[in-house]
Amino acid sequence: MEHLELFFKSVFIDNMVFATFLGMCSYLAVSKKVATAVGLGAAVIFVLAVTVPLNWLLDQYILQPGALAKTLGPEYAEYDLSFLSFIMFIATIATMVQLVEIVVEKFSPALYNSLGIFLPLIAVNCAILGGSLFMQAREIPTLGMALNYGVSSGIGWFLAILAIAAIREKIRYSSVPAPLRGLGITFIITGLMGIGFLSFGGMLTGEDEGNKKEKIEQAIKIEDEKKDDVAKKEEESTKNTTALNQ
Amino acid sequence: MAEVAEQEKVVKAPSEPLFSKKNRKLITDPLTDNNPITIQVLGICSALAITAELKASIVMTIAVLFVMGVGNVVISLMRNIIPSKIRIIAQLIVVATLVIIVDLVLKTYAYSLSKTLSVFIGLIITNCIIMGRFEAFALANRPWRSFLDGIGNAAGYGIILIIVGFFRELLGTGTLLGIPVLGDPVDKTGLYAFGYENNGFMLYPPMALVVVGLIIWVQRSRNEALIEQE
Repeated sequence: MEHLELFFKSVFIDNMVFATFLGMCSYLAVSKKVATAVGLGAAVIFVLAVTVPLNWLLDQYILQPGALAKTLGPEYAEYDLSFLSFIMFIATIATMVQLVEIVVEKFSPALYNSLGIFLPLIAVNCAILGGSLFMQAREIPTLGMALNYGVSSGIGWFLAILAIAAIREKIRYSSVPAPLRGLGITFIITGLMGIGFLSFGGMLTGEDEGNKKEKIEQAIKIEDEKKDDVAKKEEESTKNTTALNQ
Repeated sequence: MAEVAEQEKVVKAPSEPLFSKKNRKLITDPLTDNNPITIQVLGICSALAITAELKASIVMTIAVLFVMGVGNVVISLMRNIIPSKIRIIAQLIVVATLVIIVDLVLKTYAYSLSKTLSVFIGLIITNCIIMGRFEAFALANRPWRSFLDGIGNAAGYGIILIIVGFFRELLGTGTLLGIPVLGDPVDKTGLYAFGYENNGFMLYPPMALVVVGLIIWVQRSRNEALIEQE
């Protein structure tokens, strides 16, 4: 059940493109034709499905505070390597992309030909790194959930790029104001699609909806809450820094 | 004496003075006609997600300025020793290191802001502006010119971020940098006395896209050369 919920949430509610703007660059650059969009979308699903679980393992067994105790023994329990996560994640992604490229080329030339040019592009696609960073930030509990999260956010991205490519193919036949042609109208359409996807926000029940509501309220009342928050957190951070200094 | 000095200068430095016209163009071009966001379509991912508040936009701009300025210089210095096959990984390592510095500094001195920006500081690593400028410029140019190019492009990116952040915060919450500028919505002072309402919808992510679309519209109607051909 929680798998289904996570799947639904990552595909529709927290859609990478419409809710968090991840992978926008390639989303805009490679969405002129449906065929290429499908190729890139498939490559993104594939790479996310590989890198998110892998980075989950890295996070759980090496990077998290105290994680080294699990791998090397209790005397390492004090170590906190989480500041290394950016560099570890991106290194994993870059090498995995290279590795995937080699393996696919060797065993499935047909797939390689359809994905080929997109694979190197993907190493610097924000959606991939974003997937790993959100996996860490949202504290996905198990390896299976991490795999699910990777695949389903990939599918969300795939859906988004497929939809925009189809719209862009059609929009060539309509008379858009000249200065908006191309990039401008694509931005606005994406915005409208994002508004459409907002309507999925209310569909989850239980605790998640509560969290979501809280988030929205926070966003709207940012100012009111921030004042207290800032004071508290600054206290906290000064505490942390003083602790560090000591 | 002056002549000798000048001759020496010609021999020694075939490059131009530090702020020659060509070098100045490196900074000014990305601000308008070659803007990384609206024309080159780079670095949009992080640009949109954090612009609900002006403050976050400004901090993000500063972070990108730092990473791009320093990163471009480092890559430019190493351009002759990076084998081209592994250059992407080399570039990623340089950016990731710089971003870790930014992240740690933010966590130490502005904890609440670093929470607001959350993963988007990390996503500077894959910000296409940075990789794009490394590939297109720093790998083929001297450090000083690369530095100017980096600063220019980061500033062009920042301008759009700040414009979007300005409008979204002003129309969304009626404040700028957290200070109310349109009066008090509860006591009905200022503009609110005339029945003005905050448009909370501006705070939702999709509106960032629409605002950028409108910026592109304005920019391209002012400079028709930028209009895309079919």
